[in-house]
Amino acid sequence: MAEFLIETIGLPSWLAWTAVAAVAAFLILNVIAGGALVFIWAERKIAARIQDRLGPTRTGGRFGWLQSLADGIKLLAKEDLMPDGADGMLFRLAPYVSFCASFCAFIALPFAFDVVGLRLNVGVFFVVAVLGLEVFGVILAGYASASKWSLFGAMREAAQVVSYEVPLGMCVVVPVMLAGSMDLVTIAEKQAGWLTNWYIFHDPFTFVIFWVYYTCAVASVNRAPFDLAEAESELVAGFHTEYSGLRWSFFFMAEYGSMFLVSALAAVLFLGGWNGPVPIASLLGWSDGSSLSAPYAVRLLGCANLMGKATAGVLVMMWIRWTLPRLRIDQVMTTCLKYCTPIAALMFAGVMLWQLFLPGGLVPGSRHQAAAVREAWLEGRGDRVPSTNVPLGVVPATSRQVVGVSQ
Amino acid sequence: MTECLLAATTWLLPFAAIDWHGLFFLLFAAIACGAAIMVVLTDNVVRMALHLVLSLGATAGLFFLAGSEFVGAMQLMIYVGGTLVLLVFGVMLTAQTQLVSLRTPAADRVLAGILAAALFAVLVQSAVSVEAWRRPGRAEVSAPTATPLGMALLGVRVDGDAAGHESRPLSGYLLPFEIVSVHLLVVLIGAAYLARAKRRRTPRAVELVASVDPPPPVQTRSEAGESASVLVGGGR
Repeated sequence: MAEFLIETIGLPSWLAWTAVAAVAAFLILNVIAGGALVFIWAERKIAARIQDRLGPTRTGGRFGWLQSLADGIKLLAKEDLMPDGADGMLFRLAPYVSFCASFCAFIALPFAFDVVGLRLNVGVFFVVAVLGLEVFGVILAGYASASKWSLFGAMREAAQVVSYEVPLGMCVVVPVMLAGSMDLVTIAEKQAGWLTNWYIFHDPFTFVIFWVYYTCAVASVNRAPFDLAEAESELVAGFHTEYSGLRWSFFFMAEYGSMFLVSALAAVLFLGGWNGPVPIASLLGWSDGSSLSAPYAVRLLGCANLMGKATAGVLVMMWIRWTLPRLRIDQVMTTCLKYCTPIAALMFAGVMLWQLFLPGGLVPGSRHQAAAVREAWLEGRGDRVPSTNVPLGVVPATSRQVVGVSQ
Repeated sequence: MTECLLAATTWLLPFAAIDWHGLFFLLFAAIACGAAIMVVLTDNVVRMALHLVLSLGATAGLFFLAGSEFVGAMQLMIYVGGTLVLLVFGVMLTAQTQLVSLRTPAADRVLAGILAAALFAVLVQSAVSVEAWRRPGRAEVSAPTATPLGMALLGVRVDGDAAGHESRPLSGYLLPFEIVSVHLLVVLIGAAYLARAKRRRTPRAVELVASVDPPPPVQTRSEAGESASVLVGGGR
């Protein structure tokens, strides 16, 4: 886009880059804030339907679809309270820390082939690392509130998030291994084509590991049944007990933002990213199969695809929340350390063996070969090495090629 | 239309002359240094942790700015994320009244100041003495580093070894990496063993009722589950 601005409109490059950055930041902010509005409404409706109620019905017409907007205005108008014994600076800072972590992780998330805030060579790693920072805001909030409920909530959150990072990391590594890259764009690109190219259907092990990932993702964003940090029947509201008004709503935006983020990450890693179940665009002849040449309509379609998948993931999280009872802290730890981690480790080994012995799938040649994907680090070299499109077993051969090229 | 647009933004032109890379470098460096000083000057433990996060995060920003995204993400993951969560966790669990406010004695400050100044002098001296870093201007930002790093781990060095023999298979980093991993694992197991709750578990009321005659057997539960439930104080 920046090139377009520079070449067609003739803007100076620094202005073009600034404009592009501003647009990207604005769009991401809107995904989070707008998403939170829609998801809060959806959560209330879904909760109501599951509990055989109606939910909001009056605000904004028949389905109460303006309810979250009304709530937002109410929150804006609320008094911003702070407890007497609170550590003022940390108390004020905590919601922004949480929100910033959630926001920063979106920077590296691709919505379609070129629709990504910043294409990072280590995208997966970056997203997981930044998402782990969200817990810091929660801990600060719990400490600074000078309230026992808050502190208990923060402690539980810290224990939980630190433990769940282990299986989560193991699950995330599997698609990285299959794609041979940590670049989120490359990973999604490798799954182009029909439904069967998605990594969840790559082999039985990845199918299992997807569900492990989803469990850990739910736990790492503190949704029920893992919402011990804010267990309202035990801790009033956990770490945000003392918050009200706009600061409280920042916590909520961060929560819904990260729910959307982990679902979108699941979509990119396992569910084909922006590639639909059926490659409509290439069937219609809009693009020749590689996203590089795709027109903007195709990218828009990809965006819709990814958002749809991520939204479905969030809706399933809501469904789980209103269906399952909350776990006790020792049950949470048992789930993580005695079930998720060993299963993830086993599946990881399984995928590795599968890649070694059956790289082409059960039926040889059945796997739709995705378009050759070139990694960003090779692009500046002016060579033609399809370095990433090889199964794990043949690494030495390819790497020899790479070495040869670099001479 | 383009001319109009450009004319409307002429007031922005001075910004074009700014070296943005250098500006951001200065910004991140200032945050890192300022926060590091604040870590020393604050006496509240949790605020120290916050400033440490800021300082380490700004350092990660510097890595990103230099184009080494892998190292930057590592910095975020290991230092900012893992260490600080654990630090805050440990500090808040152990912080009784004497730790909430840490006052450093003046003598300690002087001693630490002398040490820090000496270290700083050594670092500056060695940094200045590197010939390649004296040239003005920036080196070309190298390609992102994740894939070459992974290749190097397997023994394939894209950049070639020090002598410049590029096509010869070189020794990889796999063996050192494995040694370090096993070492870390040993440390982890040792830490878990040391931190294990050694006291007898008080039986639950339900268990007492269920088995009146034989005393309930002492169960050794897994270290993590036990310590977590003790730490958090929930559940039991």
